[in-house]
Amino acid sequence: MTDDVLVTHDITKSFGALRANDGVSIDLKRGEVHAIIGPNGAGKSTLIAQICGGLAPDSGTVHFLDHDVTAETVRARARMGLARTFQISALAMEDTVLQNALLGALGAAGRSWRMMRNVLKDTYLCGEALAALERVGLADQAAARTAELSHGQRRQLEVAVALTLQPRAFVMDEPMAGLGSEGSKQLTALLDELRWQAPILLVEHDMDAVFALADRISVLVYGRIIATGTVDEIRADPVVREAYLGEEA
Amino acid sequence: MSREALVNSAALLLLVAVPVWALWADEPFTITLATRAVIFALAAAGLNIALGWGGMVSLGHAVYFGLGGYAMGVLAFHAQNYTPLMDWPFTITGTKSMPVIWLVAMISSAVAALVIGLLALRTSGVYFIMITLAFGQMVFFFAISWPTYGGEDGLSIYVRNSFPGLNTLVPIEFYGLCLSVLCVILFLNARLIRSPFGLALNAARQVPHRVETVGMNPTRLKLSALVISGAVTGLAGALFADLNRFVSPTMLSWQMSGEIMVFVIIGGVGRLFGPVVGACLFVLLEHFLGGVSEYWQVFLGLVLLGIVLFGHGGVVGMIAGRGRTHD
Ligand SMILES: Nc1ncnc2c1ncn2[C@@H]1O[C@H](COP(=O)(O)OP(=O)(O)O)[C@@H](O)[C@H]1O
Ligand SMILES: [Mg+2]
Repeated sequence: MTDDVLVTHDITKSFGALRANDGVSIDLKRGEVHAIIGPNGAGKSTLIAQICGGLAPDSGTVHFLDHDVTAETVRARARMGLARTFQISALAMEDTVLQNALLGALGAAGRSWRMMRNVLKDTYLCGEALAALERVGLADQAAARTAELSHGQRRQLEVAVALTLQPRAFVMDEPMAGLGSEGSKQLTALLDELRWQAPILLVEHDMDAVFALADRISVLVYGRIIATGTVDEIRADPVVREAYLGEEA
Repeated sequence: MSREALVNSAALLLLVAVPVWALWADEPFTITLATRAVIFALAAAGLNIALGWGGMVSLGHAVYFGLGGYAMGVLAFHAQNYTPLMDWPFTITGTKSMPVIWLVAMISSAVAALVIGLLALRTSGVYFIMITLAFGQMVFFFAISWPTYGGEDGLSIYVRNSFPGLNTLVPIEFYGLCLSVLCVILFLNARLIRSPFGLALNAARQVPHRVETVGMNPTRLKLSALVISGAVTGLAGALFADLNRFVSPTMLSWQMSGEIMVFVIIGGVGRLFGPVVGACLFVLLEHFLGGVSEYWQVFLGLVLLGIVLFGHGGVVGMIAGRGRTHD
């Protein structure tokens, strides 16, 4: 087994005349946080959709845990341990926090066809769900309705749901989106711990978080990776400064 | 006890008390009325599984109601005529036994729901509604144009079917049977929504893409819910035909689908006792307003409008407040 958990090879995806991804090759190694940065519309979410299975690439392959998963469904990849968080929280708002966390545990355990047992009495599932909530600091909110959570708490819950999948890799699309600086700091600290559980492919606009967390950074502009390197290398790269970081300065 | 539990208990208590009073006061018509309400409640409880928890706006539940009715009609018709249902490749005879009829009603409705669901669940929103409606119309016109079982005129059954240990011809005994069936189904319904399946279904309605990314298939969850839903409404159809000792294409009409949906909306979508409260109110309104004016449905429309505009979650929601049944 190699060190690569997740690899995309030469992925291309067009929407009509628009090349949203143009020969994107990236990899995610054990224990690392690999950040993908780039301006809006660069094709980051498109890349994630192909990694997780929502979109099929026009050409190129996706490998996960040394399997070619290019033709696998979202579900199959999830069951292999590919845990995703969404740019816009995807939570069952009418349900409680615990029920949302249970959903992941349920999917991972493949118990969704049990129809007559009280899910709250399933000690295994509840144990998994509560452990995940504990991990993200939401255990005391377990009984709250998800709709009543603050935006920051919803982002944490989003991570908790991913955790219940017993992930082998995390794919996170802008987990800090909409968080204040305090919330960002908290979530950054959490992700910093999670990398030891499974490596994280992190799409993020919050540069403080990216520089704090990333072992490597890839820069995506107009569907192409223009640079990959350590934080220092990317910070020093003149092309990157011009194409992306420059516009922030 | 929560307020919703109080509402539910009150509804159950009334369903027991009113017919007992009617028996004592010798008002058999009240018992028939109550039976009608209980059977409608069962049909709506079926729809509630698809609509309330699965989020599937099916405007074709009359298909299952009618299939249940025709399952009863056809089986009893052959039994009373002593003709076999079919001769080849093996002989199937009719029956007057309710348990067998119920089983056939539920299986045929479940199969119909499976077929309709497989097609309709490829779409969503308005298209889903239109496809379920279209299927309903197809089955309706098929029933009208099939003369063997009465076509437009329907089928009359002379004697009510039998249930072991009961005299179903006695109104209160048949009522007790229907109420028991309703209670069993509601009990199973309550278990279902608290189960892992219920949790997943509930999430599939709200955030299907999330359900998918944790390794489950939201469409298959919904399809299963629709099949269960159809089977329950089919069971109600068999009982309804037995109540009237008559089945006709009216049971398959889109108006019937609409009425079943009205029961659920009046009572409360996604509330365990919503269909019960809704069906009882409907039957009461139908009885009392229907006596006052031919145009009672206009009043019904106003009541509905008020509920949809001002009472989220139907009558049960208005009394019991926010929060769905699973807590
Ligand atoms: N389903 C789609 N159909 C057509 N164009 C799309 C679709 N999804 C994304 N795009 C386009 O592809 C480009 C990349 O989008 P996206 O991957 O969402 O960028 P990012 O996440 O980096 O902001 C954008 O120009 C967007 O408008
Ligand atoms: Mg994006």
